[in-house]
Amino acid sequence: MKWEPVIGLEVHAQLLTKSKIFSAASTRYGAAPNTQACAVDIGLPGVLPVMNIEAARMAVKLGLAIGATINRQSVFARKNYFYPDLPKGYQISQYELPVVEQGHLTIEVDGREKTVGITRAHLEEDAGKSLHEDFHGMTGIDLNRASTPLLEIVSEPDMRSAKEAVAYLKKLHELVRYLEICDGNMQEGSFRCDANVSVRPKGREQLGTRSELKNINSFKFIDKAIDYEIERQIDVLEGGGKVVQETRLYDAAKGVTRPMRSKEEANDYRYFPDPDLPPLVLDDAFIEDVRKTLPELPEAKRARFVQDYGLSAYDAGVLTSTREMADYYEQAVEAANADPKLVANWVIGDLSGYLNKENKEIADSPITVEMLAGLIRRIADKTISGKIAKDVFDAMWNEQGDADTIIENKGLRQITDEGAIEKLIDEVLANSPTQVEQYKSGQEKVFGYFVGRVMKASKGKANPQQVNKILKAKLPG
Amino acid sequence: MIHTKTVAEQSAALRAGELSSTELTQACLERTEQHRELNAFITVDAERALAQAGVADERRTRGEAGPLTGVPIAQKDIFCTDGMLTTCGSRMLSNFTAPYDATVIRKFNEAGAVLLGKTNMDEFAMGSSNETSFFGPVKNPWQADAVPGGSSGGSAAAVTARLVPAATGTDTGGSIRQPAALCGITGLKPTYGRVSRYGMTAFASSLDQGGPMAQTAEDAALLLGVMAGFDPRDSTSMDKPVPDYVQSLNHDLKGLRIGLPEEYFGEGLNAEVATAVNAAIEVYRSLGAEVVRLSLPNSNLAVPCYYVLAPAEASSNLSRYDGVRYGYRAPEYTDLTDMYEKTRAQGFGAEVKRRIMIGTYALSAGYYDAYYLKAQKLRRLIAEDFRQAFEACDVIMGPTSPSTAFRLGEMTDDPVSMYLNDIYTIPVNLAGLPGMSIPAGFDSKGLPIGLQLIGQYFDEARLLNIAHRYQQVTDWHKRIPPGF
Repeated sequence: MKWEPVIGLEVHAQLLTKSKIFSAASTRYGAAPNTQACAVDIGLPGVLPVMNIEAARMAVKLGLAIGATINRQSVFARKNYFYPDLPKGYQISQYELPVVEQGHLTIEVDGREKTVGITRAHLEEDAGKSLHEDFHGMTGIDLNRASTPLLEIVSEPDMRSAKEAVAYLKKLHELVRYLEICDGNMQEGSFRCDANVSVRPKGREQLGTRSELKNINSFKFIDKAIDYEIERQIDVLEGGGKVVQETRLYDAAKGVTRPMRSKEEANDYRYFPDPDLPPLVLDDAFIEDVRKTLPELPEAKRARFVQDYGLSAYDAGVLTSTREMADYYEQAVEAANADPKLVANWVIGDLSGYLNKENKEIADSPITVEMLAGLIRRIADKTISGKIAKDVFDAMWNEQGDADTIIENKGLRQITDEGAIEKLIDEVLANSPTQVEQYKSGQEKVFGYFVGRVMKASKGKANPQQVNKILKAKLPG
Repeated sequence: MIHTKTVAEQSAALRAGELSSTELTQACLERTEQHRELNAFITVDAERALAQAGVADERRTRGEAGPLTGVPIAQKDIFCTDGMLTTCGSRMLSNFTAPYDATVIRKFNEAGAVLLGKTNMDEFAMGSSNETSFFGPVKNPWQADAVPGGSSGGSAAAVTARLVPAATGTDTGGSIRQPAALCGITGLKPTYGRVSRYGMTAFASSLDQGGPMAQTAEDAALLLGVMAGFDPRDSTSMDKPVPDYVQSLNHDLKGLRIGLPEEYFGEGLNAEVATAVNAAIEVYRSLGAEVVRLSLPNSNLAVPCYYVLAPAEASSNLSRYDGVRYGYRAPEYTDLTDMYEKTRAQGFGAEVKRRIMIGTYALSAGYYDAYYLKAQKLRRLIAEDFRQAFEACDVIMGPTSPSTAFRLGEMTDDPVSMYLNDIYTIPVNLAGLPGMSIPAGFDSKGLPIGLQLIGQYFDEARLLNIAHRYQQVTDWHKRIPPGF
């Protein structure tokens, strides 16, 4: 039988507000345990939540970017359960009326476009963290993360392969960073993903029983965990068994998923509207205000890069993969006042290569926009050749100054004086009688030998085009 | 006898320099000590009170004293008080020292009031007799074997016995008005959203409201002026200006339309209470008021509605008492679940557990629609009853409680009878309206009877004015129990 996997994703994006969603405590990551948990976060008797409107602003930003409905009124509800790192014994979330509903993202897999529906995006607070190490059989509780704002983004079960799921996730990841509402850091848990996976016989409408995969914190693991789970469910079904609806954890070390304790899922969360918080009411003016802050989104930027800079779709895609890289590129084009393709080649090629090698973000590049533009200007005005430029780039990366300084200090200025080049060529030809004879007898490939000798004699500085031209003229045709 | 004086009188005496706040506070501390048998207080902090009195005296010397500066006040032990035990009458919080001040506490501090101590209460404000307190029942100063009412029973007894001139209470279903009635003092539950709930330990968040308990309407006006106002820390508090409640106390009542709901005078109302309430209405007539007969047809649904909603909210609000971060933790347990179970089984009393069970049930999958949602619909009907009633009248009057104070232990085994004590007060909380209870007579056993006044939203000034005019021509509020 042919099986069809059905996948939906739930993403928790931690919003980049300065303070928490329901308290004034800071959201900064990495502080000493429990130093960023105020009375409200700890759940002391008598404390009350107060909504941080910045979180709503960010939720609306996402909603507008995915063409969703922004609910003018949404309701906070309490999700009740006991856990030591959940201070109040309930999590404030949105249940029946979320702030954002019915949006979509377009993904591309194997050259085909596909639209993935987004059911809803709702605001909620995060819990604290349980620390199981270092406490000699006891559990430590760190409430710094408690009440940090999260936007839970729930997709429709529209994806049919792990590849599609990853494409969706990457697209969403790119989007939240473009919108500057989430830093997307998966290691620190600010962009977390759960996957609902089921399989059904191909052609059947009815969905199969799903399992929920938790704890998948990288694109690579998402791919592996979903593929593993699809295979596992098919094995179960083909073996005559039934898939059990359950929550499963992905074990990255072993590359398998395994069920969580069944106790955890028997929860009845007893949702009800939080009486401490009035409904979140957003008027048109608020929403229009947010709309004005929307940046150019990746797709629009991509199209513009192709149109305005004459780039290939591929190059435009690479350059717009982050807002920072796109900004860097555009500033470099402007500053260099040179062929945008040449600039693109340097950003995609050498710059990205160096950044990747040292695992750096473009914001941390030792080569600033102005420095790269300075280098490209010298290529464009033929002060240096493309080959020498690579050496200059390397020197700039290693903080030896800007392009002009390096060219000056190392004497790398290109030789474009025809007389000087002629002189070099004459010397090479005089010193290579055998090769001249070979060339004369029709072995044209020795031409390259001459070019190489001339370039070497000039320490790489002779203008290659001029060398070619003059050599051709001097050698018998 | 300075201790029998009202807040306004003590304030005048302090202003006139007849005595210092330190002397006044000392006198109250001594009385509190003498009458420990009432069990009105859970915590009395003499050192702190005298330090505050000293500061108040200095403030007065500098000419910076307000009406409450230097006046000793008791706070219900539900308001978090920085550096002081805040127990909510529960074993669960019997060791809990709050690290911050509730907004109400902060406002009294800023006004320069002296915090004499924290008063006894039904556990987590759940009760109508003050018998559910982990710290033992409070005695009614009028009769030692009678209950003071609840849940603000400690505050009511302390004011009645003139241990302090005034105190705070909280009212979720009648917890200010019912003990005020049973003890013969003046109590005001403000409009929901008038007084900040920040730092006031939650019982049922959509119903809880703090308010003053005092000898007179005038004192209640002074206290409410301090307590009321918008608080950015409480999203349910209303951003409305606070009027000068004292200034309007003497307004004329001519033409005042008093609504009398037939449901408040039907079956279950004690005859002596009915007689006293009717007599009070006659006094109002003599002051120029008119009477309008009306109906609140859904009143009979209020108690069942309340006993779904309040426990539902409570079951969630009390989840934080889990033994993890503060408060009581069972001394022995085997694992996390066992720690939760033992902590909560030992930390909470029977009534609190009963309500957590009811509330958890009402919110459970499969029951939510039938209980919680249905009750929300009833709540809207009840509020609509009042809206219509107020088209025909300015104030609604009736009894606060169907009977006078009952005997300690009389109803502890019959929770439903106990719940019916609040039959006339609960609808007011469900609608979010302001309500008052003022002394209006005594029954044949010598126990006080309360008259309830219910006003329009944010019409506290009017209620206080109506109560004050009655107190100008009656003296029920001036009676002091024998021996006090």
